[in-house]
Amino acid sequence: MANWDWEVFCKDTATSEVMAGCLGAGGKDITYLQWMMSAWGWTMSVALLALLVALVLGSLMGVLRTTPVKGLVWLGNAWTELFRNIPLLVQVFLWYHVLPALVPPLKGLSSFVLVVFALGLFTSARIAEQVKAGIQSLPKGQRYAGLALGLTLPQVYRYVLLPMAFRIIIPPLTSESMNIVKNSSVAFAVSIAELTMFAMQAQEETSRGIEIYLAVSLLYFISAFSINRVALFIERRTQVPGLIGGGK
Amino acid sequence: MTTLPLARLLAIAAAALLATGAATADTLKKIKDSGSITLGARESSGALAFTLGDGKYVGFHTEMAQRIAADIQKQLGLPKLDVKFQVVTSQNRVPLVQNGTVDLECGSTTNNSARQKDVAFAMTTYVEEVRIAVKANSGITAINQLNGRTVATTTGTTSVQTLRKHERSAGVDFKEVFGKDHADSFLLLESGRADAFVMDGQILAGNISKAKNPADFKIVGEVLSVEPIACMLRKDDPAFKKAVDDSIKGLVKSGDLAKLYDKWFMQPIPPANTRVGLPASDATKAAWANPNDKPMEDYARK
Repeated sequence: MANWDWEVFCKDTATSEVMAGCLGAGGKDITYLQWMMSAWGWTMSVALLALLVALVLGSLMGVLRTTPVKGLVWLGNAWTELFRNIPLLVQVFLWYHVLPALVPPLKGLSSFVLVVFALGLFTSARIAEQVKAGIQSLPKGQRYAGLALGLTLPQVYRYVLLPMAFRIIIPPLTSESMNIVKNSSVAFAVSIAELTMFAMQAQEETSRGIEIYLAVSLLYFISAFSINRVALFIERRTQVPGLIGGGK
Repeated sequence: MTTLPLARLLAIAAAALLATGAATADTLKKIKDSGSITLGARESSGALAFTLGDGKYVGFHTEMAQRIAADIQKQLGLPKLDVKFQVVTSQNRVPLVQNGTVDLECGSTTNNSARQKDVAFAMTTYVEEVRIAVKANSGITAINQLNGRTVATTTGTTSVQTLRKHERSAGVDFKEVFGKDHADSFLLLESGRADAFVMDGQILAGNISKAKNPADFKIVGEVLSVEPIACMLRKDDPAFKKAVDDSIKGLVKSGDLAKLYDKWFMQPIPPANTRVGLPASDATKAAWANPNDKPMEDYARK
């Protein structure tokens, strides 16, 4: 395509005039570039907070599923299956439209909080599955050895099982963390001004859909790839010689 | 004006790739040689253009496009013309017209000067007015009463920008919420998450007519923006544009266009057999009386 028009990003979002230096005065006077950067901020805020929720709850549920207590295993399994078997967009709508109607106090929460929980819980089910797999990949003898030493069950998890299980599952956790950035695009459906919403809205206003989608795709790529690099760094730093993937 | 965009990255990427292919400049010759014409169809653009499912596309502009195709068939003297529909979205409609996938797109596309750089427009056949819908008992009658309130509109529509402009020029400050489609935005109004829904008059009227209790809602306040809606076709193809324009002028002259309007906006329409109940506005009637292809910017200047 010969007719690129990248100047579109320097236009003011209300007057469509090209602004000098590509930046508006701030406040409500912003250019599409500034809007896109703010949208990127929303995307990353949703993604990182949801990742935090997902890691905490996912690890907890994953651990529960490997305990010898039947009730806890059941709880962990039910949690995983519930959040894994409902499409993400449907879950987002359940949080936004249905739950506040059933539980009135939820009405006070912003859509941002609701979508962080929707995305976080959805991903927690997937992380729970990986944590469980990580723990189960360890020889059973390790758990018994820990117990035989006189450690309590929580201590066995804390000092014996989890340090190794987490090292093993860093690669799938990396994928999950990258996925959450991309999945955060569903937040547009509940009025979060994130990148996908920016793209849909700005391409309509400017008629330069291809430039806008290319820029947004690049930002998504940069975000996901940065997470990938950070995870690789963590993986290298936590390597233990003699373990899987550890020192050569 | 636009409706119902679902971000179809794939579609637009495909469109971008296809756009590199050379588009046929002479559409009439293409129609004659292939014995077929491809019309752009919309899935949910209010009574202007929508689908009934099963590959059936209907609506005021969709039916008008079929009449235009019939006139073109007559003009070319074709014994048989295969009329195909290609679904388009807000995101891909311009590239698909440019690259020749779609010959004529009659849906809910606003004729504006930004688009005129890429495509041409036929005579304006519908003039959209952006209005405010509120709950009947809310007491809101004008946009400046919305200060500090929550206003809903739909992502991917020009109404969002209209709101922004009003916010800046009138110095009002409202909280905006965005529905992913019109039904979603209307739900925000219905459930009380928003105090007002700002959108094209015909979309508001259509949603209100389908509400559980239409009397609970009303359309109030000044017209926030005026947008000429017209069929979109390839640029630099004067013969095809003339054929389409002549057909539209014929429909206006014979009164058929007014009849079509009545059929889709005043009579009960499928799928729910409800009436939109929106008589042709003065602006729409003026466009019929003086056929023109002026962009939106010319309307704003008045």
